[in-house]
Amino acid sequence: MSLIAITEVRKRFGTNEVLKGINLDVAAGEVIAIIGKSGSGKSTLLRCINGLETIDEGSIVVAGAQLAADEVHLRALRLKVGMIFQGFNLFPHLTAGRNVMLSPMVVKKVSAKEAEEEARVRLAQVGLDHKFDAYPDQLSGGQQQRVAIARALAMRPLALLCDEITSALDPELVNEVLQVVGKLAAEGMTLLMVTHEMRFAREVCDRVVFMHQGRVHEIGPPGDVFESPKTLELRQFFGMA
Amino acid sequence: MTTFTTWDIVRNLLLATQWTILLSLVAFVGGGVAALLALLARTSQNRAARRLAVFYIELFQGTPLLMQLFLFFFGLSLVGVNVPPWLAAALALILWTGAFLAEIWRGCVEAIPRGQWEASSSLAMSYFEQMRHVVLPQALRIAVPPTVGFSVQVVKATALTSIIGFVELSKASTMITNATFQPFVVYGFAALIYFALCWPLSKSSQLLERKLNVAHRNH
Repeated sequence: MSLIAITEVRKRFGTNEVLKGINLDVAAGEVIAIIGKSGSGKSTLLRCINGLETIDEGSIVVAGAQLAADEVHLRALRLKVGMIFQGFNLFPHLTAGRNVMLSPMVVKKVSAKEAEEEARVRLAQVGLDHKFDAYPDQLSGGQQQRVAIARALAMRPLALLCDEITSALDPELVNEVLQVVGKLAAEGMTLLMVTHEMRFAREVCDRVVFMHQGRVHEIGPPGDVFESPKTLELRQFFGMA
Repeated sequence: MTTFTTWDIVRNLLLATQWTILLSLVAFVGGGVAALLALLARTSQNRAARRLAVFYIELFQGTPLLMQLFLFFFGLSLVGVNVPPWLAAALALILWTGAFLAEIWRGCVEAIPRGQWEASSSLAMSYFEQMRHVVLPQALRIAVPPTVGFSVQVVKATALTSIIGFVELSKASTMITNATFQPFVVYGFAALIYFALCWPLSKSSQLLERKLNVAHRNH
């Protein structure tokens, strides 16, 4: 059974339909890259999965939690999927450690002591246990993004949504973040990532989804998608046509 | 004819200044509470609450404080409630201050980037948890300088309550002038006292702004 089931999802911004009936099933432990031109709806799809955007038609179910507009459903859904953003979005008034501790304490009512232990483990996991007391503005972009990953992991999600998480980074900082994500993938975390890192997608992902004009245009293992794209649009996207 | 020394004038002005300070504090603290309630209503999901907050804020921002004082003082006695000047003054100033602070603070809440809301939403926090732990702590930092700055307006606004007979610094100045026939001396000292109250406030607002270094907190 799939961990994430996306069925006939449609999404409109005013009269502009940005998702035109998306179907996608993601198995537990699968790593999926979503690629496509800007405006193809890939970020919107990701944001729909944890309810940052509402959907107009269709359904999204994550491990039995159904996407719905009310707070109870959203909370249940968001306990199962974490999200990491292009702009990191760390809480600037809290230290790295506190960023990681906050949600377990507030949402899951974990004690401060337990939350701190968890935060140290999670920061160590992304190689930043020595930055526990640093504020976000004392960290590099790559370090901030790794703290954001640790923060999402501390909620023990079943899946992680990564929305262009290396796009705001200087080139030399991209790898340290991708290494962390690669390690997560190897450990069996379910990952859905919108990305422009084609090499990473090819090496790490189980499947690649090419989105075009609000539809899943092509989908398959990276070998197939990268080596022998079937559609003209994908070939154009790769600059092959 | 009695003669008044300068010390007589200053002493009596300082006595009245206590009431100016007390009224300012009451208006500021009470107004802060009113503003917080209005702010929560104004940013809530409930449409009726939002409308009520907007109505309150626009009503009190869109009419002169003097009219508000008159309405509280004379209006309430028309319907049979006898309101002493101090009560009318306090009520009007609290509501007036609240209406302005609510909008100042709303601006501070809205200055928090959308990404902060999205990140905390993604971590499964509810609206109140987001406000309490993520948005308000950051908004507060931005809000301190303009809030302290606005307190200067509150201090000066208390002068208007002299019109409905509340004896604070301005009313006392008029009374002392009527007795001494030395308007320039009396009002001159009154102005100095107001300045002595307001200047440290506006100065500290500037210092706080620099200290909290709101716009560029990055080192």
